[in-house]
Amino acid sequence: MRYQFDFGALLPYWSDFLDGALTTLTMTAFAVVFGLVIGILCAIGRRSASPLLQRLCGFYVELIRNTPYIIQIFFIFFGLSSIGLRLPIFAAAVLTLVVNVGAYTAEIVRAGMDTIHPGQIEAAQALGLSQPQIYWDVILRPALERVYPALTGQFVLMMLASSITSQISAEELTAVANNVQSFSFRAFETYIVVAVLYLALAVLLKLAFYGFGQLIFPRRRRLGTPL
Amino acid sequence: MGGFTLTHFLYLLQATGWTVVLTLLAFVLGCLAGFLVMLARTAQARWVRGLSGLYVDVVQGTPLLIVLFLIYFGLALFGFELPAIVAAALSLMIYCSAFLGEIWRGCVQSVPRTQTEASECLGLSRWQTLRDVVLPQAMRIATPPTVGFLVQVLKNTSLASVVGFVELTRASQVINNSLFQPFLVFGIAGLLYFALCYPLSRLSRALERKLNGGRRQPA
Repeated sequence: MRYQFDFGALLPYWSDFLDGALTTLTMTAFAVVFGLVIGILCAIGRRSASPLLQRLCGFYVELIRNTPYIIQIFFIFFGLSSIGLRLPIFAAAVLTLVVNVGAYTAEIVRAGMDTIHPGQIEAAQALGLSQPQIYWDVILRPALERVYPALTGQFVLMMLASSITSQISAEELTAVANNVQSFSFRAFETYIVVAVLYLALAVLLKLAFYGFGQLIFPRRRRLGTPL
Repeated sequence: MGGFTLTHFLYLLQATGWTVVLTLLAFVLGCLAGFLVMLARTAQARWVRGLSGLYVDVVQGTPLLIVLFLIYFGLALFGFELPAIVAAALSLMIYCSAFLGEIWRGCVQSVPRTQTEASECLGLSRWQTLRDVVLPQAMRIATPPTVGFLVQVLKNTSLASVVGFVELTRASQVINNSLFQPFLVFGIAGLLYFALCYPLSRLSRALERKLNGGRRQPA
């Protein structure tokens, strides 16, 4: 059986695709910012002196990393609405993304922090730096510089995983694709177009992260290597 | 409306069985395909390396969900009516092959070059070198990340629910649709996934620690 491709049938929907791609990017941007904050706090929590805080952060990270994202979405989205808390879908989708990526970020940032030699911290203490100063200048910034590639790789994977939020009808790229294919009856072409769009988004995001890395880590720019 | 009963729980357990079946199916197929990808990525011919690199980049840059839709809806157009489990296993196999191929390429290339050179001096063929010298060493390095990746595969089988294959996620959706107790139902489903994934994660970490025994840092 021969199948006649007809990408022309999708032309009327180009603005829908564009909107979907923009929504995906916006969701990603929110999730990156908030996920990074949660991840860093959680990584600090796992190094804290309080065993309770350590356990709590460890529990969160392990729980999220060992369950599928789609179950987390359903748990949070349907769970919250069952107790009467009806979030707008976009906010709910971002919330689930943040909860999810926060755990992965925490693990990556913690690995980076573990590479900081204890001697560095002792030296900073000997110089009389305050605890926040030590955390920011001696531990966190070099740690982030070292794990930057792993971190941004995780964020790109998260952008791709955001396609799963279409399951609670967040109007991002995949949900747009599902709508378009049900109107145009051109399922195969639609998903090919969307796959190409996701590829473009992934490349775009990688380039943006690379450029941003060059901007905020001068050492990497000048030496070509972190530390 | 009724409560969550033993029958519901047994239904979830049965669906967990299907999740495991799908995981194993996808993982075994993915390992075979991933091995080929690894061979292609380390091939001598430049175009083979380039082409397989493109394959890896494309698969890693596309959401698994989209790959799943492409296979499920796409192949149907060419006259193959695929059962949901086949479509899911196929797309997970593609996903697996790209990631495992790239992981294993790193492991193979981390075996010191001198090993390959020595085998060449001894007159071993390329295949003999790979089978008897490189692979046994690479496999030791590859085991922890491969077990770690198995966790990813297990979690990603949940996407098969979208095309209607009744595994753990789909089953919990079905139950939730009748009971509407999302915290309870998805909580239990999450715990079942956790019970499968967490031991594997621990195993992966333990294997890694064992491998790095010589370089272990005081914890």
